[in-house]
Amino acid sequence: MMSELQKQDIQFTINGKKWQGKVHPMKRLLDTIREDIGLKGTKEGCGEGECGACTVLMDGKPVMSCLVPVCQADGHEILTIEGLEEQGKLHPLQESFVKEGGAQCGICTPGMILSAAAYYNDPRIAKDLPESISGNLCRCTGYTKIFSSCHHAMDKKESCCGGKK
Amino acid sequence: MRNYLQDYRILSCHSLKEAVLALQETPTPVPIAGGTDIMVYLNYHRLPVGTYLDLTSIPELKTSIEIREKEVVFSALTTYMDVRLNSFFASNMQMLSQAAQVVGSIGIQTRGTWAGNIANASPAADGVPALMAYDASLILVCASGEREVSLADFYHGYKKMDRKQQEIISKIKIPIPQIKSREYYRKVGERKAQAISKVILAGRLALDEQKKIQHIRIVYGSVMPYTYRSRTTENLLLGKELTQDTIHQAVRQIGEELKPIDDVRSTAHYRRKVAQNLLQEFLEG
Repeated sequence: MMSELQKQDIQFTINGKKWQGKVHPMKRLLDTIREDIGLKGTKEGCGEGECGACTVLMDGKPVMSCLVPVCQADGHEILTIEGLEEQGKLHPLQESFVKEGGAQCGICTPGMILSAAAYYNDPRIAKDLPESISGNLCRCTGYTKIFSSCHHAMDKKESCCGGKK
Repeated sequence: MRNYLQDYRILSCHSLKEAVLALQETPTPVPIAGGTDIMVYLNYHRLPVGTYLDLTSIPELKTSIEIREKEVVFSALTTYMDVRLNSFFASNMQMLSQAAQVVGSIGIQTRGTWAGNIANASPAADGVPALMAYDASLILVCASGEREVSLADFYHGYKKMDRKQQEIISKIKIPIPQIKSREYYRKVGERKAQAISKVILAGRLALDEQKKIQHIRIVYGSVMPYTYRSRTTENLLLGKELTQDTIHQAVRQIGEELKPIDDVRSTAHYRRKVAQNLLQEFLEG
C-alpha cells in the first residue's frame, strides 16, 4: 500500500465547489475525479491523450484528465460533465445531444460535450466547431448526430445572442 | 488503486533557485511541464521510476509570453494554446501560430509546452521546426548559472541534445523577423487532428532588390532522427536568383542530403520524396 507520507494535500474547485484531499501528486486528475471525488461522469478511453473521452475543463479550457498529474490541478478550477447544468437546467449542448440523439454508447459523450462547451463559451480556442471536437473520438462513429447536436446548440446560441462573441 | 505510484516522487518548488538546486540531487529529477509526453508513459508503466520536478510550481516560469521590441520570449511553460490565443503571432510570426494549431488536439494544445517539445527531442516534434526556422535560442539554467544555446545547434542525434540533466530550459528567445520574408509551414500526417507527423517543412525566404536570395531557412521535422536544419541546401540557394533551375538544383540536393528515418509512420523512401515535394512547393511559392 502507498504510504500516507507520499500523499499531499491537494485542493481545487470542482463544479463550483471547493474540494480538498490527500492524494499522491502524480495521480492522474482523471483517477482523482473518479476515485477520490466519486464523480463517474468522466470516462477513461485510451489513457494516452488520443481519444478525448476523459476531457474536463481546467480554468475553462479542455484538458485530457488522463495526462494531468493532480498536483498540477492544485488551485485551479475544474468542470466535469456533472457541473455543466445550471440549477437543474441542462446546458444547451446537453439538451441538444438528448434531442438530436447525439449519444450512442455514451463513453465519448461527456468529453465531446465539454470540448464543444469550451468552444461554445470561448470561440477563440478553435477555428471552428469541428476543430474544437477533433480530438474527441467516437468508437460508435456517431459523428453525424454529434455534429448536428453541436451545431443545433450553436445555432440556437447565435440566434438568441446575436452571433459569436 | 494504482500502487505503482509509490515508485514516483514529484517535487514542487517555490522558486527557480530552489528548482535548480533540487536538480543537483542524485539521481537527477526529471522536469515535467504539461505532462503530455511523460504522463502517457506513466499510464503504460513505461515511465522510468524516480523523482520528477513539477515546473508548473515555479513562479518565475509563469509569465507566459513576453513580446519585446526585437524578440519574443516564451517561458518553460508557454503552451501552444497561449500562442493561438495571442493575435501577435497570426500577424507577425505565422509559422508559430500554424505549428501551434497542428499539434495533437485542442486538449493537448492547452497543456503541451514548446519547451517540453524541445526537451522531449522527438524527431516528429511539430513546434521545433518553426522555432528553428525563426533562429530561436534557449536559455538553460542550472545551479551554477545560465547559458544561451542556439536551437539550430542543440541536437546532434536521436534524442541527443546539448542539455545537461541538471539544466532547465527556462526561456525560449525568438527574434522577430526584421526583413519581410515568405514563410512556409506544412505538416504531412495521417489526418489533421491527433496525428504524428510523417514530414514537416518550416521555411523562410527573403529576396534582395536584385531578386537574389538574401535569407533562407530550411528546417525538416520527422525526416531525420532529430529536427534538421539543412545548411547545405541553404548555402546552395543563398545569393542565387530563384529560377526554376535553382529550385531543381535545391530539390535534387535535398534528396541526396537527407537520410530519412524508416518507422511505423512512414518509409524513408516516402519521406525523401515528400520532403523534396514540400521544398519545391515552398520555393515556387
